Amino acid sequence: MKDVSFGQYYNTTSFVHKMDARVKILLSIAYIVAVFLVKEFHFYGFLAAFLFIVLTTIFSKVPFFSVLRSVKGILFFVIFSAVLQIFFNTAGEVVFSWKFITITDKGLLKAGFIVCRIMMIVMGTALLTLTTTPVELADGIESLLSPLKLIKFPVHEFALIMSIALRFIPTLMEETDRIIKAQKARGADFESGNLIKRAKAMIPILIPLLVSSFRRADELADAMDARCYSGSKGRTKYKKQRITYRDIIGFLVLAGLIVGIVFLNGV
Amino acid sequence: MQIVCKNLTFAYGKRGVTAVKNLSLTIDEGEFFGIIGETGSGKSTFIQHLNGLVKPTTCDELTVGEFNLLDKKCDYKKLRSKIGMVFQYPEYQLFAETVFEDVAFGLKNFASLTKEETEKMVKEAIEVVGLDYEKIKNKSPFDLSGGQKRRVAIAGVLVTKPEVLILDEPASGLDPEGKEQLLSLLHSLHKSFVKTIIMVSHDMNTVVEHCTKVALFNKGEIYCSGRPSEVFFKLEGLEEIGLEQPLTGYLKKELELKGVNIESDLTVDDFVYNLVKKLKQGS
Amino acid sequence: MFYIPFTCEKFFWVLKYNKSIKRGSLLKIIEVKNLTYAYAKGKEVLKNLNIEIEKGEFVAIIGHNGSGKSTFAKLLNALFVPKEGEVLVGGLNTKDKNSVHEIRKKVGVVFQNPDNQLVASIVEDDVAFGPENIGAKREEIEERINFALDAVNMQEFRKRTPTKLSGGQKQRVAIAGVLAIKPEVLVLDESTAMLDPRGRREVIEIVKDLNKKGMTVILITHYMEEVVNADRVIVLSEGEKILEGTPKQIFAKKEELTRVGLSLPPATILADKLREKGVNIGEVLTPQELKEELCKLFVKI
Repeated sequence: MKDVSFGQYYNTTSFVHKMDARVKILLSIAYIVAVFLVKEFHFYGFLAAFLFIVLTTIFSKVPFFSVLRSVKGILFFVIFSAVLQIFFNTAGEVVFSWKFITITDKGLLKAGFIVCRIMMIVMGTALLTLTTTPVELADGIESLLSPLKLIKFPVHEFALIMSIALRFIPTLMEETDRIIKAQKARGADFESGNLIKRAKAMIPILIPLLVSSFRRADELADAMDARCYSGSKGRTKYKKQRITYRDIIGFLVLAGLIVGIVFLNGV
Repeated sequence: MQIVCKNLTFAYGKRGVTAVKNLSLTIDEGEFFGIIGETGSGKSTFIQHLNGLVKPTTCDELTVGEFNLLDKKCDYKKLRSKIGMVFQYPEYQLFAETVFEDVAFGLKNFASLTKEETEKMVKEAIEVVGLDYEKIKNKSPFDLSGGQKRRVAIAGVLVTKPEVLILDEPASGLDPEGKEQLLSLLHSLHKSFVKTIIMVSHDMNTVVEHCTKVALFNKGEIYCSGRPSEVFFKLEGLEEIGLEQPLTGYLKKELELKGVNIESDLTVDDFVYNLVKKLKQGS
Repeated sequence: MFYIPFTCEKFFWVLKYNKSIKRGSLLKIIEVKNLTYAYAKGKEVLKNLNIEIEKGEFVAIIGHNGSGKSTFAKLLNALFVPKEGEVLVGGLNTKDKNSVHEIRKKVGVVFQNPDNQLVASIVEDDVAFGPENIGAKREEIEERINFALDAVNMQEFRKRTPTKLSGGQKQRVAIAGVLAIKPEVLVLDESTAMLDPRGRREVIEIVKDLNKKGMTVILITHYMEEVVNADRVIVLSEGEKILEGTPKQIFAKKEELTRVGLSLPPATILADKLREKGVNIGEVLTPQELKEELCKLFVKI
C-alpha cells in the first residue's frame, strides 16, 4: 500500500521543481496531447516521448525509479486493456488460434501500442505531481481556471478540495492499511473466494474507512474555521508564482517534442 | 503458548528503513508482558509479526506455541484465532449493523458453528468485557459511547477464545476512570479468559503496576527487558529514549542517592508498604 | 513583617481592579455568562456555566469523556453559538455574526488529532493557511511563519511533509498554524491525548513557555499531571462547573474528583496512600515535590 507514488511530492530543489506550476500543468496537458498525436504503430514517437521523460527526470533530480513506480498503481488497468486488445481484436492476420481464442498480429501491436501510450501518459503526469507540491498544483489550477469565475464557477473551492484530497492520500492509505490488518487479525480473508465473496469481504474495510473519513472531514472543517477560513474573499496567497526563463525553456523543449512526433509520424 | 523470537529483522522494502533490528525475545505463557517504547521504536511492527500480519525480512526462529511462523505452510487462520490482537483505537474497526454481528465477525471467519454455538460464544465475549448482552446485542455499534465501543471491539477479538491477547495502547484516549476500568478488565481477563497478555504502552506507571515482565524498545532494538523492578531501577537516561521514569522507580532511585534503600518492587502499594516499614524501623 | 505580603497583594489587586475599571473589562479576555448549550433538544451538554478568564492566565479544564469540555472549546471561538447566555471574547459577543472573524483571530484552538488539522502537504504552507485567511501580505505571512515556527521550535522542518513527522512534531505544526494568526488566547482541546510521553512533554513545554511570554492558555485535558502547571483548574462534570481553584485546592478534593470519573496526579495518589498509613506528609502535586517531602521524612530520622 505504501508504494503508490501517484500524487506524492518528491522534496528537492531542481530546475523542474522551480518551474511555475501553471506552466507545468499546461505543459503536461500539451505532453498528453503529444502522446496522443503518435500515429498508430509508429513506435518512434514513443521513443521521443520517453526521451523527453528521461530528460525531464534528470533535470528534476527525482530518482527514475520513483517515476517508474507510478505505473505500478495502474498496472492492473494496463494489463487489462492489453489483454482486451490481444484477445478481442480480430483484425489482421491470425498468429495463434486455439478453440475460441484467436490472436492476431494487429491485436498484439495494438496492445503494445496502448501499453506504451498509457505508460507514457502516467509517467508524464507523475513527473508533474512529483515535482509540484499539491498546494502549488491546486494554486496553479485555480489560477488557470480563474476565467471561469465569470460564470460563477467556484474555482477557489474546487482548488482547495483538490489540494486537501491530495494532502489526505497518505493519511487515508495508512488508515486503510491499519484497518485491513485489524480485520485480518480477526480472521478476515481478502484473497480467496470468487468475485462476489471478495467484494463482500471489502465491507469490513470500507465502512470503517468511510466512517473515519467523515469524522476527519468534520474535524478538518472545524480546524479550518478555527483558523479563520471564510472562503476566497479577502484571502491572500503566500506563494505567488511567476514565469521565469525555466518555463520558457520548458515550452521550447515540449514544442520540440511535438514537432519531433509529427515528423516521426511521417517516417 | 510460549512465544520465541530469535534475531528478527524487518525492513520496509529492499533499501527501506529498518524498523526492527536483530531482535530476540521470549514471552512465557502466563505473563502479563509490557512492551514499552516511543512511537517509531518498532514495537507495533514487532507485535504484528506475532500473528503473521507482517513477515520478517530475516529471522532465525519465530514460534508461537506449536506454530512455526517461518514455515511457509503455517496455518495463519488458526494462529490468528489463538492469538488475538487489539489494535490502537480498536473502535475504529467496527463496521457491522449490530453489536452482535460485529462481535461474531471473527467467529464466522475462523469456524463454521451452529447458530446456538455462535450465540453462546458471542454472549460470553460480550459479558466478559463487562457489557449487558441482552441490552446491547441489537444496538448499532456506532450509537455506543466511546468506552463501550472499545469494549465491543475487544469482545470481537476475545470471541474466538484466544490464548494470547495482544493490545496496542488499549487505554489511549480514555479518561482516568475509563482507563482504570479497562486496566482492571485486563487484569481480570488475565489467567482466567486468556493465558497471556501482551500490552504495548508508553505509560510507565501503568506498566509497572500491571506487568509481570517488560521489554523496552528503542530504535528497533530491545534496550532492556526483565521484571519491572529490575528494569527500571537499573536504567539511566529513560528520557533520552523518549520515555519517563515510573514514579516509584524515580522515588526509589532518588532516596537511594540520599542513602535510603527501600526493598520493594515498583507497584505503588508495595512501595508504600515498604516505605512505611522503613520509616517505622528508623524511628 | 507578615503584613507586607498581604498589603502588596492587596495593592496589586487594587491596581488591577482600577485598570479594569478604566479600560472597561479589558483584563478579562474571556467572559462566559450563564452559558447553556445543547446539540439536540432536551440534552444539554453545558448548563449554566459562568467562567471568567484573565489575560495571561493559564487555566486548565478537566472532566470525564462527555463532560462537555470539548464543546466548551468550540463555544470560545464561535464554532458553536450559545443557546442561552453568552460568551464574550475581549468584549465581542460570539453571537454577533460580524464579530466571528475578529473572535477567531483572538482565540486560536488546537484540536486533538494532529492529522485532521493540517491542510497542506508542506509544513510552511500549512502554517501560512491562517495568515492567508486573514489577508496578510506576503512579507507579513513570511514573518508570521518564522515567528510561529520559532515558537514551536520547528523551523528546521519547514520544508517537510507533515505526514512524515512524529505525532508530537505534527501537533507542534498544528500549534504553529494557530500561532501564526497571533491569537491572544490559545486553547488546547485535548491536544496531547494522542501523543506519546515525548510528544506530550514537547507540547506542554511549548505551552508553558508561551504562557510565560504572556499568552493566555486554556488547556483542556484528562492527564492530571499536565494540570499541575496551571494557575487555575476548572472541573466540569455533566456540563456543569463543579469545582474551581488552584491545582493544590482541586487535588485536595479526592473524593469529589473520583466521583466524577477523574483522578489525581500519580504523586498525589502516592502521598495520599502514605497519609492513610499514618505518615505525616505535606500536599504534593509533582514527583519532585514528593521526593522533597520524602527526603524531609528520612532526614528527621
